[in-house]
Amino acid sequence: MNRFAALLDRLAHEASRNARLRLLTDYFSTTADPDRGYALAAFTGALSFKHAKPTLLRTLIAERTDPMLFALSYDYVGDLAETVALMWPAGGEVDLGASGHNRPPSPTLSDIVETLHHTKKADLPQQLAGWLDQLDEDGRWALLKLITGALRIGVSARLAKTAIAAIGHKAPDDVEHIWHGLKPPYLDLFAWLEGLADAPQSSNPAPFRPPMLSHALEVVEFETLAPTDFVAEWKWDGIRVQASAGRDEAGRYATRLYSRTGEDISAAFPDVLDAMQEAGFGETAVDGELLIVIDGRVQPFGVLQQRLNRKTVSAKLVVEFPAHVRVYDLLSENGEDLRALHFVERRARLEAFMTRIENPRFDLSRLVLFETWDELARARRDPASAGAGDDAQAVEGVMLKRRDSIYVPGRPKGPWFKWKRDPYAVDAVLMYAQRGHGKRSSFYSDFTFGVWRGSELVPVGKAYFGFTDVELVELDRFVRDNTVNRFGPVREVTHEIDKGLVLEIAFEGLNRSTRHKSGVAMRFPRIARIRRDKSPRDADQLEILEALIGAAR
Amino acid sequence: MAATDLLTLTPAGLYCPPGDFYVDPVRAVPRALITHGHSDHARAGHGSVLATRETLAIMAIRYGANFTRAQQIAAYGDTHDIGGVAIRFHPAGHVLGSAQISVEHKGCRIVVSGDYKRERDPTCAPFEPARCDVFITEATFALPVFRHPPAAREIERLLRSHRLFPERTHLVGAYGLGKAQRVMALLREAGYERPIYMHGAAEKLTEFFLCEGAPLGEVHKVAAADHGKLAGEIVICPPTALNDLWSRKFSDPVNAFASGWMRIRARARQSGVELPLVISDHADWDALCATILETQCAEVWVTHGQEEALVHWAQSRGLRARPLHLAGYGDEEAGDTIVEEAQ
Repeated sequence: MNRFAALLDRLAHEASRNARLRLLTDYFSTTADPDRGYALAAFTGALSFKHAKPTLLRTLIAERTDPMLFALSYDYVGDLAETVALMWPAGGEVDLGASGHNRPPSPTLSDIVETLHHTKKADLPQQLAGWLDQLDEDGRWALLKLITGALRIGVSARLAKTAIAAIGHKAPDDVEHIWHGLKPPYLDLFAWLEGLADAPQSSNPAPFRPPMLSHALEVVEFETLAPTDFVAEWKWDGIRVQASAGRDEAGRYATRLYSRTGEDISAAFPDVLDAMQEAGFGETAVDGELLIVIDGRVQPFGVLQQRLNRKTVSAKLVVEFPAHVRVYDLLSENGEDLRALHFVERRARLEAFMTRIENPRFDLSRLVLFETWDELARARRDPASAGAGDDAQAVEGVMLKRRDSIYVPGRPKGPWFKWKRDPYAVDAVLMYAQRGHGKRSSFYSDFTFGVWRGSELVPVGKAYFGFTDVELVELDRFVRDNTVNRFGPVREVTHEIDKGLVLEIAFEGLNRSTRHKSGVAMRFPRIARIRRDKSPRDADQLEILEALIGAAR
Repeated sequence: MAATDLLTLTPAGLYCPPGDFYVDPVRAVPRALITHGHSDHARAGHGSVLATRETLAIMAIRYGANFTRAQQIAAYGDTHDIGGVAIRFHPAGHVLGSAQISVEHKGCRIVVSGDYKRERDPTCAPFEPARCDVFITEATFALPVFRHPPAAREIERLLRSHRLFPERTHLVGAYGLGKAQRVMALLREAGYERPIYMHGAAEKLTEFFLCEGAPLGEVHKVAAADHGKLAGEIVICPPTALNDLWSRKFSDPVNAFASGWMRIRARARQSGVELPLVISDHADWDALCATILETQCAEVWVTHGQEEALVHWAQSRGLRARPLHLAGYGDEEAGDTIVEEAQ
């Protein structure tokens, strides 16, 4: 447990992706089985401990510490698991300078995971207390974070898989390809990566296929591309999903829904899975966009968010926000892998498939017809009159796919492009700044900005990119020279009617927000330009943003 | 004699009426007794200063030879008489030259502990508990969540990171008086043999530590042209320099910070530190509690820090306890205080 704890501790402070990757690779290549496998399971969300709840931690610590000292400490630290880990009375450590000799060996990660697997709820408090007695502060912290399911250390499943792939000099997608048949502690996976065994056979009847991704289109590229080589579709503002179905060795039919990163999100979308059963999906996998459709209209992304990032879903939410998949590719049909076919061939098979299943939860992503790039540009500017109709508000651009493109995992350059609609823009006033992380930790690089509501500036968002390195230096200097207040790491800068810095903020959309004072939340805001030519009085009014939300409804 | 008549709180700091002197005054006074050389405790401009030889030397380095009109050396264990008050200095284990000051008059003994720690420090004399009636303790880390791990373990974490990222410069923020030199000495104890680099701000004090025999090994000042060449080296700098223009010139630096505050993850994250090292020159919770009991005092006065928790704990042990609201003392471990050597 100590090595895992040390890894978590280090990851929790490391902002750079490359450094995190190095830390992970170092851990996985120098830690023995089965510990490293359970660590991998922790990072990929394959572990869950349903009985370990915050109330259990409170009870355990209350039995061991003075309530007032606990209250003062919790108030100071601000995190329950961390407070308990730090305060836990440790036997043998209290003597000044003396080291505890007779402490039992601390449990390994495997001991913990395997024991918890069959520990009854009633026995959990005693079991947990025993471990907490044996571990040091970092070990206790890691244990409590692990079992309460709140690691929050910035390691995605994808990053962990990338790290283990590096051990065997494999591509992350090679791991992805077999992943869903594997179970913790992944002995077969590590044996394969270390060259000691063949690749594990995926036994997942409804596997995830690593998706093909697109590049953003640079306008200059048009000159080199022929319109006749491409077809176009609307780019919908939902999330990319893969619906996969198949049969296991025993002949049982299985259906699954995956996110773009291969996370199994089936449990949160029973409505989609039921529809796959009803529709007679067969042993088929499709690639599409998950949307919420109410009364035949695609809802904005903010509505879809009600269904996202949930482990399970209530019947009420399923009825209120019905999920829908707009299908744009067919990856396999009745066990036949179609990914080596050209796009137009897959498309023909997809159209036939969609006609056959005819289910209201699934529909076909329609093509946008065009002959010249100018014509496509007009469609992109005005999707409503180019066929998107009432759903135009949920269109965030167009996708371009080469007619002869085969379906390859990853992001190959050339076959697919996304051409997003132009971002919205607003002029806002810089209000607060905070220092960045990692390489930018010495710069003020997280900026909170506001617009006018009457005579008052209200914050509407926070941006930490979009600017060039030169602009960052300029912004940093402005913050240092114009600080009027400090709140811990945050600096408030001058923002008066005629004194302050105006920033042009580009963003992709707006949601209503109950968290922000202004009532709106921007999606993907970034600093497009520093507007030295403008004074704060020229910045925009909140009404402009409110009107934009209204239009999106 | 009542303790509150022996030492009273005044705007200039703790004052002893029968001896007519102050302890660690925050403004210039005719006669000052100084516990240690940190700038909030040791200020310039007093009429006379009684302190350990090392503390007097440190004050002279920081403020110049004329930092006081008259000075007198107090050796650990010697007794001085000031107006009938018996004064004695005991090692506090905080930094080189640091002392607790015992003040005794008419059967009442108060120990002003200044700042102290109980963990071994290769750069200074270890803390010696002194029996007293009233113990005045600091409370910088007086919450049960603060239990400092052994410093050697934290140094091992630094060295492990150094092995894992051999192409990056490891910048270690450490306060310039005491902490910086302690980190250097601990690195040597752990077997680190490469030259250690340091920010110019700590140069004179580090030279002083070397003259006093501190086992720091080969130490170089970072020259302006060197920044890019120090890939793979360990560089010690004032905490404020981590967020300074100065630190931007190193090659892909790993920012480490040696401070007791690094125990709290949110606090470490807030300061943008990638490698927090829990190394403190202050007593942790367990050491504070154990020390109070060791002095066998009947009463505790708790100052600068988390007074509430320690007062509550002492009272629950049947001791008289109260917070003593001394103003003007900073916290050198916080890293946001201005490091005057850097100017």
